[in-house]
Amino acid sequence: MKARRIGAWIAIAIGASYFIIPLLGTLEFSLRMRRGAYSFDAYRSVFADIQFRETFGYSMLMALLTIVFGMLLVVPTAYWVRLRLPQVRPIVEFITLLPLVIPAIVIVFGYLRLYNSSSVLPLTGSTSGTNALLMFSYMTLSLPYMYRAVDTAMRAIDVRTLTEAAESLGARWPTILFRCIFPNVMSGVLSGAFITLAIVMGEFTMAALLNRPAFGPYLQLVGANKAYEPSALAVIAFAITWLSMGLIQLVSRFQKSAPAKA
Amino acid sequence: MTTTTTAAAPLISKRAIIDWLGIAPFMIFALMFLVVPTLYLVTGAFLTPDGAFTLKNIADLFTPSILSAYWISIRVSVASSLGGALIGFFLAWAIVLGGVPNWIRSSLLTFSGVASNFAGVPLAFAFLATLGRTGLVTVFLREWFGFNLYATGFNLLSFLGLTITYMYFQIPLMVLILTPALDGMKKEWREASEILGASTWQYWRMVALPILWPSLLGTTLLLFANAFGAIATAYALTGSSLNIVPILLYAQIRGDVLHNPNLGYALALGMIVITGISNILYIWLRMRAERWQK
Repeated sequence: MKARRIGAWIAIAIGASYFIIPLLGTLEFSLRMRRGAYSFDAYRSVFADIQFRETFGYSMLMALLTIVFGMLLVVPTAYWVRLRLPQVRPIVEFITLLPLVIPAIVIVFGYLRLYNSSSVLPLTGSTSGTNALLMFSYMTLSLPYMYRAVDTAMRAIDVRTLTEAAESLGARWPTILFRCIFPNVMSGVLSGAFITLAIVMGEFTMAALLNRPAFGPYLQLVGANKAYEPSALAVIAFAITWLSMGLIQLVSRFQKSAPAKA
Repeated sequence: MTTTTTAAAPLISKRAIIDWLGIAPFMIFALMFLVVPTLYLVTGAFLTPDGAFTLKNIADLFTPSILSAYWISIRVSVASSLGGALIGFFLAWAIVLGGVPNWIRSSLLTFSGVASNFAGVPLAFAFLATLGRTGLVTVFLREWFGFNLYATGFNLLSFLGLTITYMYFQIPLMVLILTPALDGMKKEWREASEILGASTWQYWRMVALPILWPSLLGTTLLLFANAFGAIATAYALTGSSLNIVPILLYAQIRGDVLHNPNLGYALALGMIVITGISNILYIWLRMRAERWQK
């Protein structure tokens, strides 16, 4: 039908311009630092800023730790629930969805009250304790995405048969988990890891309220004080998000081309 | 497998204990970093600073300044979720049923995956560079059409500005959730209704929309909760000039601006109740929607 196709193109055109114009605007603005000519001065200024390197490195490290510890928590749990405790599946799934229901600012508010320096577990009393708390908060935030990614990957493999095969060959639990289950759900682990990277790199609330020098609060600080650097940073942040999502697509495509399981 | 022959096996077998120990780390993590902190705030909302039970904190939420914060938050969330849902629906419709080339479909879906995660502080920067006082669109309109956007009373640091900005992650989320729902609409339904002489309008009104409404409404509620809890974009965009609930709570956590710590807990409780209700309705509507997707 002709009218339908025209309508579809109009919708696409409106949507595309709404999505693309802010990106163009940001890019253009980030190049405007030198008067009268386009230049990469804003980017140079950003990369030269020692705070940029420090906060970026800090957030990268946090993302890495969050991914490692998050996966060590999520993969065995998802595995165990599938293998031994299918009856608690709804409860576990409900818990993993809670971070989407409770706003991040409320969760961190609870942390600040519960783990303050005069409490039983004074995590916010020391720097390393606060770092640990920030990592746990990131694990909480990424829990819905990590769990779903891993659980989807686990659905594609026959957990029970794999376990029994490994057991009959004399494998012990650590071997089963790390040499049998982990490699088989790698696509899920990687998707979960990349989305966690995207979340942690841009996260503002948790780090700001826990007073840690992360990338998110740094972005906010630059935004409040400078003119052109924020746009350059937005372009960089968008590139990071794009890279993470691109890698997820790549991983899932790789998974599809692997031999399908019944 | 060992077989248990007698019915008089112990009530809690060794195997059951091991089974439950397997998810103990997860449960401890969830309790420590999700459940207990939230419950701590929820109970705190009903206590005086001395620890006695009270409803005064809840009652104090109904003071003009806090009510207005909730009201602005709700308005921004409703406007951005309705706008996001509407535009998102048309985009999903265009790529599923509009007969556009396949590469548009895949690039829009990929882009939506990126943009739905592109929130927070950088999103605020992007819109400042576009619709701010010296932003690309503002300058373009002024220099090419002599149209001064800011003379019309428009301000990015306002209700309208925040709504437009939030829609940048709301629309993609709608596209991502609704595309599978539209894919699930069977061709036979349309053909059957056409054979029976229905017009396009009648098909949408009497067949398609009744099937789709749980998905549509449910996703709109999800978008609402999504906008309601967001803070980073608003904070980077407006500082603390726009009085929405998450920003008020942020200020309260930083410096007890309400002069009553327990009122802060009540403020958090109010947020949980609102996002909780919309999420519960979303889950219920999604279960209804899935009836048709089998």
